[in-house]
Amino acid sequence: MTGTEMLPLLWTAIGQTLTMVVSTLAIGGLAGLALGVALYTTRPGNLLENKPVSTVLNAIVNVVRPIPFIIFITAVQPLTIQVTGASYGTASVIFPLAIMATFGTSRIVEQNLVSLDPGLIEAARAMGAGPLRIIGTVIVREALGPLILGFTFLFVAITDMSAMAGAVSGGGLGDFALTYGYQRYDYVVTWVAVGVIVVIVQLAQLLGNRLAARVLHH
Amino acid sequence: MSAMVCLQHVTKEFTAGKQTVRAVDDVSLEIERGEIFGVIGYSGAGKSTLVRLINALESPTSGTVVIDGETITGRTERQLRPVRARIGFIFQQFNLLGSRTVAGNVAYPLRVARWPKERREARVAELLEFVGLSDKARQYPDQLSGGQKQRVGIARALATSPGLLLADEATSALDPETTRDVLDLLRRVNTELGVTIVVISHEMSVVSYLCDRVAVMEAGKVVEEGDVYTIFSSPQQPVTRRFIATALHDRPGPDVVQRLRERHRGRIVTFGVRDGHGSGTFLSEQFRAHRVDGSIVYGGITDIGAKPLGSLTFELVGTEVDVDALLVTMREHTDVVEYGGPLTPTDTTVDEATADAATDDDARVEVAR
Repeated sequence: MTGTEMLPLLWTAIGQTLTMVVSTLAIGGLAGLALGVALYTTRPGNLLENKPVSTVLNAIVNVVRPIPFIIFITAVQPLTIQVTGASYGTASVIFPLAIMATFGTSRIVEQNLVSLDPGLIEAARAMGAGPLRIIGTVIVREALGPLILGFTFLFVAITDMSAMAGAVSGGGLGDFALTYGYQRYDYVVTWVAVGVIVVIVQLAQLLGNRLAARVLHH
Repeated sequence: MSAMVCLQHVTKEFTAGKQTVRAVDDVSLEIERGEIFGVIGYSGAGKSTLVRLINALESPTSGTVVIDGETITGRTERQLRPVRARIGFIFQQFNLLGSRTVAGNVAYPLRVARWPKERREARVAELLEFVGLSDKARQYPDQLSGGQKQRVGIARALATSPGLLLADEATSALDPETTRDVLDLLRRVNTELGVTIVVISHEMSVVSYLCDRVAVMEAGKVVEEGDVYTIFSSPQQPVTRRFIATALHDRPGPDVVQRLRERHRGRIVTFGVRDGHGSGTFLSEQFRAHRVDGSIVYGGITDIGAKPLGSLTFELVGTEVDVDALLVTMREHTDVVEYGGPLTPTDTTVDEATADAATDDDARVEVAR
């Protein structure tokens, strides 16, 4: 494939990948933050301690998270069609991507919150703050630096998942590399796709590091 | 006028699995408005739980907590929030929010109380001025020293002008000099702002420096309670004596007595120094009257609640009859402990509390650390 043939296809693929990754990060990131905070606060001894809720949430997260993503996409396809009205295309794969990202994010969020000093929550309670205020102004706020780094890690993971989604029908750089590179024995195309993904991931990492450093005021 | 804090038969149990631990066991206390009240005890004695029952971070298993005339027991979590907001709390580890500046930390309880921005800023400036940290307003907690952090903690605890301030081991993470500064600041909070303070500590020196009254806790119970001078000068419980020995260091332990006997030829005797008894002039008058020479070989006198307390150990040289007569006179005025001389050591008179203090207590302090 020549450069002039490749370029328009590459641009489309980059656009699709970014659409998938950014939408997934937005939806799955927010939902995962909420689920992660729920996992953390309902733990025994924590702010909203609740054994049944904690057990159920943990069970769901533990069941969904280990499913290989490429199988997960096909397994939830009936649900995907119900929700998005389509079984293929970039928009349709955002649904399984967002679900998987939500569960992945929730554990990252929970792990970052576990290291939070319980004394800070006690101090806020002693000042008369309610649980919602404590979640917003103490728990999430104090863990913001590590959380941003967690989300940066997530960006890389979603980029990885989006390439698999591409193989199943989503388009994007994964699809581009497989269709025009792998299947046509054109390694240059594959390497171009790899190079572009590396650049995207590096930029995301740089942005994440900068933001985290700012929040941590170092 | 009712007491600031009134605990009536308060018990708190924690259940972990099948084990139930009674952290606070049938405690009844009254803390008066305007006083500085100390609660002292070893780790695990139940002091931290007690103070958390006072500001409703914990609810008692049984008994009643009354704050400023209001019964707070049996209220819902939501109803307890305004109660907590009216009680200041400072922590051993400061518990400042690392993502906020000094000013932001002090403003936090005012945000919770929904103060408008302008009033909030004015109040924060006033508080930082009071604790002497106006120039640190824009800094973050991790840029401050321990003493400065605790000052921020105190400013934050005072933000909403509470009538009651609870200090849970507030100086235990600080060095001695910084401890003194923070204790002086707490005293100013009491005298200038009229805030009632409850000080939780395992250091008797903190209690003796700051408090008007003290309760001694052991295994969840208050075993002794009274004004600080009385507790120091006539402790009733062994645990109290051990705490006092750590603060006074005024009586020789058995090993010190042994060395004193080896070094000195006269009789070794300890006289208690109390308010109005055993003072310096009184002692020297008695020495003269009985023709006995006394030289100080050990001891210490501490100022407790603006009164002297401690003891002095002398080597007494004179005829046996004269020294005996001196001791008879002294016993009428203060407590006397006789350790005997080099030839007639009277081991039996080494009093229990002193021996306890020098051996048992040192070991305990090590364990506590």
